[in-house]
Amino acid sequence: MSVLEVRDLSKSFGGVEAVADVSFDLGAGEFLALIGPNGAGKTTCFNMLNGYLRPDRGSVKLEGRELVGRRPRAIVRMGVGRTFQITRTFLSMTVRENVQMALISHHKRMFDFWSRAVRMYEGEADALLDLVSMRDQAARPCSELAYGDLKRLELAIALAHEPALLLMDEPTAGMAPSERVALMALTGEIVKSRGVSVLFTEHDMDVVFAHAHRILVLNRGRLIAEGSGAEIRENPLVQEVYLGGGTVFAAEGV
Amino acid sequence: MGFYLAQLLTGLANASSLFLIACGLSIIFGVTRIVNFAHGSFYMVGAYLAYSLVTWMDGGIFGFWLSLLVAALIVGVLGLIVEVTILRRIYHAPELFQLVATFGVVLIVQDAALAIWGAEDLLGPRAPGLARAVRILGEPIPEYDLALIVIGPLVLGAIWLLFHRTRWGILVRAATQDREMVDALGVNQRWLFSAVFVLGSALAGLGGALQIPREAVSLQMDLSVIGEAFVVVVIGGMGSVSGAFVAAVLISVLNAFAILIFPQISIVLPFVVMAVVLIVRPYGLFGRPGSEAGGAEEPEQPLRLMSRRGAMVLAAFVLILAASPAVTGDFTSILLVDVMVAMLFAVSLHFMMGIGGMVSFGHAAYFGVGAYAAAMGMKYLGLSMLPAMALGPVAAAGAALLFGWFCVRLSGVYLAMLTLAAAQILWGVTYQWGEVTGGDDGILGIWPAGWASGDKAYFYLAMVLCVGGMFLLRRMAHSPFGYGLRGVRDSAVRAEAIGMDVKLHQWMGFTVAGAFAGLAGVVFVFSKGSVFPDVLGISQSVDGLIMVLLGGIHALAGPILGAGVFILIEDWVTRLDYWRVIFGGIILVVVLVAPDGVAGGVDRLLRAVGIRRGDAT
Repeated sequence: MSVLEVRDLSKSFGGVEAVADVSFDLGAGEFLALIGPNGAGKTTCFNMLNGYLRPDRGSVKLEGRELVGRRPRAIVRMGVGRTFQITRTFLSMTVRENVQMALISHHKRMFDFWSRAVRMYEGEADALLDLVSMRDQAARPCSELAYGDLKRLELAIALAHEPALLLMDEPTAGMAPSERVALMALTGEIVKSRGVSVLFTEHDMDVVFAHAHRILVLNRGRLIAEGSGAEIRENPLVQEVYLGGGTVFAAEGV
Repeated sequence: MGFYLAQLLTGLANASSLFLIACGLSIIFGVTRIVNFAHGSFYMVGAYLAYSLVTWMDGGIFGFWLSLLVAALIVGVLGLIVEVTILRRIYHAPELFQLVATFGVVLIVQDAALAIWGAEDLLGPRAPGLARAVRILGEPIPEYDLALIVIGPLVLGAIWLLFHRTRWGILVRAATQDREMVDALGVNQRWLFSAVFVLGSALAGLGGALQIPREAVSLQMDLSVIGEAFVVVVIGGMGSVSGAFVAAVLISVLNAFAILIFPQISIVLPFVVMAVVLIVRPYGLFGRPGSEAGGAEEPEQPLRLMSRRGAMVLAAFVLILAASPAVTGDFTSILLVDVMVAMLFAVSLHFMMGIGGMVSFGHAAYFGVGAYAAAMGMKYLGLSMLPAMALGPVAAAGAALLFGWFCVRLSGVYLAMLTLAAAQILWGVTYQWGEVTGGDDGILGIWPAGWASGDKAYFYLAMVLCVGGMFLLRRMAHSPFGYGLRGVRDSAVRAEAIGMDVKLHQWMGFTVAGAFAGLAGVVFVFSKGSVFPDVLGISQSVDGLIMVLLGGIHALAGPILGAGVFILIEDWVTRLDYWRVIFGGIILVVVLVAPDGVAGGVDRLLRAVGIRRGDAT
């Protein structure tokens, strides 16, 4: 059964169709990439999935429940976690506290006026930090972290809600090539071990072909191709879009 | 018919005056992003200078108008001095520092004006050639009002030409939109900022100078005008000159007719209009979300739970405080009550401002509501002391719940402005609604119950309430709720992404801060036995800001330290003549020399001489 069902998702901005009739399914434990040139509508698509934009038409169902029309925070609570293209963390808190905050919110204890926040869900937070190999940095202020570590921290924060689906917007943007591989390998393991499904956008085709189980290609707001890495690489329409013809991906190999 | 026309013309004349003051403020804000409280002082100095020059020259029509222009020019020079010596150093500081620094200038200018022109109100001469009234549709209209109606649009036109037809003006408009871009283009920012400040100050001076035939020149002109000027700027959109004009006309004309129906409305109306406009258009009628104010702040360090040793030191302090009445006189006990009230007030302000990241320029509102609610509960409901004391924080929380709902919809300096508007509305209502609040005469005879009536007995009651209040706020700062507030401050996007209701959280933070300010107000009113509208005034709000700033905003102990230092300095300084100069000077020194407050300053000093070690902060 598919975790996410997207049907006829559409959004226009002042007459420009940013996203038009996009439909796809995402299976349990699947690692799905959404790619496309700049301005293809990837971000608009993402923002409709996580509730920041209201689609003009279409429906998004998570495990059978409609997401369209709900607020972002409600969607988070229903089991859609996310990481940001530019990391967003609570800089005045430690690494562990950032995860604890997500856990506190998950357990609906945010309006507790009395307990000491730093003593809450410490064990669970450390377990999540272990998962992303950040346990040794748990006590460090978030403002001191390296960028790649912030990305891993965001992953741990997203997992605090036990999401069924993880939306990752450009997860490896701004990272060194070796870090990219490591982060995606880590994400892949988590997908496998926790049964989370992942939808991610990505510019780095090496990352996409190496890790995605399946790929969706978006161009000018429409889905133009869908399939495995090999299928996408051979697809003439995709090659047309990416370089106006020619062999785009041949050089990059596998 | 003629009567309504006369009202309209009066409204338009007032609009011109208001526009002249507000447009300078708007230009300065647009480019430098500084909320300049000293603008009112420039206005006042302009009026005083014009008064002196006109009386000295005594030269007919030409002399009169020349005097006004010279007064404006001198104020422009004064603006330049303030900009170069003070503001230039704090352009990248958070808005709180800038506001407090300009308030320091306000204090200094007040005493300088007092020294030069004396405390008496000065009645200026009428404008030569425009001293009479003309009859329009049978109604007498002062000729000078008609002149003002012409001058306002003339100045607007001149500024428009300056901003659209000169290279300098285009740079100013560009800087208003995007300061960094203009910097990147290689424009000399220092020069641009100075020039803008001179222009803005000169306009304020001109506004003040033009007032002398209409109203007496007094030392209260500065703060009485600044509130309304801010309102005009905010309604029009910060940085928009034509917006300031439209807003000035809107407010003045509305006011001219509203007072016919409801005479008491004039103080409150501008702030009500501002609140409505900000809710519908958060950046004002003609405003756009500009580039960010101030610079990026260094991220705050994580909070730590109190160490065992810290707790013991604190307990020792509380014990010493509790023992103090045994060894000191009643006078010290009374002073210590003041100190504790100020501490609780500052800690409550810090809760929303430091922890919640919501800067309030009007926190006195909730202090005052608490004080008035307790006083009125006693007077009208016949409550005894303790129930009246309980009513205070509840009423303050109610007021904060009401105004906070609007305020948390905005952020940054706009939120701060709306808190100021809220406080001014409450102040206006308190001041005008004499039958209920006693107006200017206040409410008297609010004394503690018999068992708490001695100075020492009341000291212990105050100590329980204030120390208890501070303990609760500290506990909350460490609770998930307090962490949530800091989280929203750090990154609202992240807070939403972990499923938090950002606005609800801020709203509750605002309310909690208001409730505890109300508690401080309650303790205050029973220690003084009376309450007057100034407990809700701008000065009281600014006092709170200064305390937080003195102590340093990044530490939970900051506001406690700051409030203590503030009250002790105030107690010492206010016994002197010209205490405002000294106090304003102290404020400026703190802002310029120790921007991280007394706590941070001491810390750095200790590191510098090698007593304390650790990472540089």
